[in-house]
Amino acid sequence: MSNGLALLAIFTLAVFVGFEVVSKVSTTLHTPLMSGANAIHGIILVGAIIVAGHADGGLQLILGVLAVVLATINMIGGFVVTDRMLEMFKGKK
Amino acid sequence: MSRNLYDLLGLVSSVAFILALKGLSSPKSARRGNMIGAIGAGVATFVVFFYKGDEGSLHNLPWIFGALLLGSAFGVPAARKVQMTQMPQMVALFNGVGGGAAALVAIVEYLNLGDSASTLAVIATVFTVVVGCISFSGSIITFLKLQELMTTRPVVFPGGRFVIGGTLVGIFVNAGFVIANGGNTLLELLAGLSLLFGVLFVLPVGGADVPIVISLLNAFTGLTVAASGYVLQNILLIVAGTLVGASGTILTRLMAVAMGRSVMGTLFGAFTAKAVAGGGAQEERPVRSGSPDDVAILLNYARRVVIVPGYGLAVAQAQHTIREMADLLTAKGIDVAYGIHPVAGRMPGHMNVLLAEANVPYEQLSEMEEVNPTFAQTDVALVVGANDVVNPAAKTTPGAPIYGMPILDVDQAANIIFLKRSMRPGFAGIENELLYDPKTTLLFGDAKASLTKVVSALKAL
Repeated sequence: MSNGLALLAIFTLAVFVGFEVVSKVSTTLHTPLMSGANAIHGIILVGAIIVAGHADGGLQLILGVLAVVLATINMIGGFVVTDRMLEMFKGKK
Repeated sequence: MSRNLYDLLGLVSSVAFILALKGLSSPKSARRGNMIGAIGAGVATFVVFFYKGDEGSLHNLPWIFGALLLGSAFGVPAARKVQMTQMPQMVALFNGVGGGAAALVAIVEYLNLGDSASTLAVIATVFTVVVGCISFSGSIITFLKLQELMTTRPVVFPGGRFVIGGTLVGIFVNAGFVIANGGNTLLELLAGLSLLFGVLFVLPVGGADVPIVISLLNAFTGLTVAASGYVLQNILLIVAGTLVGASGTILTRLMAVAMGRSVMGTLFGAFTAKAVAGGGAQEERPVRSGSPDDVAILLNYARRVVIVPGYGLAVAQAQHTIREMADLLTAKGIDVAYGIHPVAGRMPGHMNVLLAEANVPYEQLSEMEEVNPTFAQTDVALVVGANDVVNPAAKTTPGAPIYGMPILDVDQAANIIFLKRSMRPGFAGIENELLYDPKTTLLFGDAKASLTKVVSALKAL
């Protein structure tokens, strides 16, 4: 199997896992789901670090570093705010 | 670190993200799940510094660390300070910066691609640039709308749909050229057109429908991350991006169903704007308004009370007062439940977060399907700051903007109490027949002030 095909297979399986897992999320938690999913796509930070770390031109470095800043805001902010919300969901004591 | 070890750790992080979403199936496991997800993200961010790919190890490290610190310095305080009522705009903002990051990564990738790149990699890169830019500028506009830094009404200008259509065609043609021939100037033009499209596409969407757009843009950003993963040959990015794409798609559909409209209709509704039909009886009709004492007496002698909270409750910051009232009623042996419409508040599940903030135990919160069959046995339905989600016009008036939207059947309760600021209709701008119903009592005023008076009247009884 070629590398590209393997990646495509991973993508296809992830689609099914994603639908399966997310359709079981309780409606009570749809807002944290939205912000949690939001935090997860902050993982583009890894991509941003890779391109910033391999940049050699000035423009590439500027764009890469800017991407790292934005992705960090997305990822860290997303996880912190989701945690704050979920902390409030306590049941009866 | 070898490629295999790096991919293996990427797999571990991918599983952590799946567990984070799985944890959300119950409020009990949700917080731990989010922690696992955060650890997965932390591990992935840490190990990337130790992996030497074909291009060697990473340099520019001082820049990267500086950028990480700067991002944290913005992100953490914002996430700590934001009020729960402002959650939709926070999500929009975080989504926008994520989309922007994905677009920037793709632009740099494009500059590095070289001639040997496969067509598929070029397509994935161009896709990320286009969709990432749309997600960025679209999210910024939704943020401005929700934060009320600009008008929340649909912004439509003459010929708008031709401008949007033209921009979209321009994007496709331009993308085709970039994929076939390459060229940096063309890519810059493409990014510019995509940014413009993001703005144009969100401007005509009305305030009430903005959450659907956020959710859709969230799915978009997820897909761009997955596409970046394809170009960078990174399993974690593919899995994480796809998970987000799936969750965004499901939520967008659920929301559209809960609002009784199609996703397409929401996005392009402003262009086909029809005259608002149905229930538009504006004449002065008698309504029965009551005093806080009347309301307290009705509640005091009920056996079952269902509270229907809406965004008006959150705006008045009355969550704590309503819980105090509910506790008083429970102490008197009255059965109290909260009936939560799926889109109560400003995004799906928003009301649950707002009530959780006021320490309402989540066991008392009933979803629409659960609570609807019980209204016939309910003595008092107390509607606080909600309107459209209980408007029977959704069932009785074909042509009304909310027709077909599932509603809470408060009209079947023995008594209905509305706490409202005024007779003004709800977000959808249509009259609510229920307000004139003989079994309805209206208590006018700010929700918090009214509830405080009801609470003291209840204590006096």
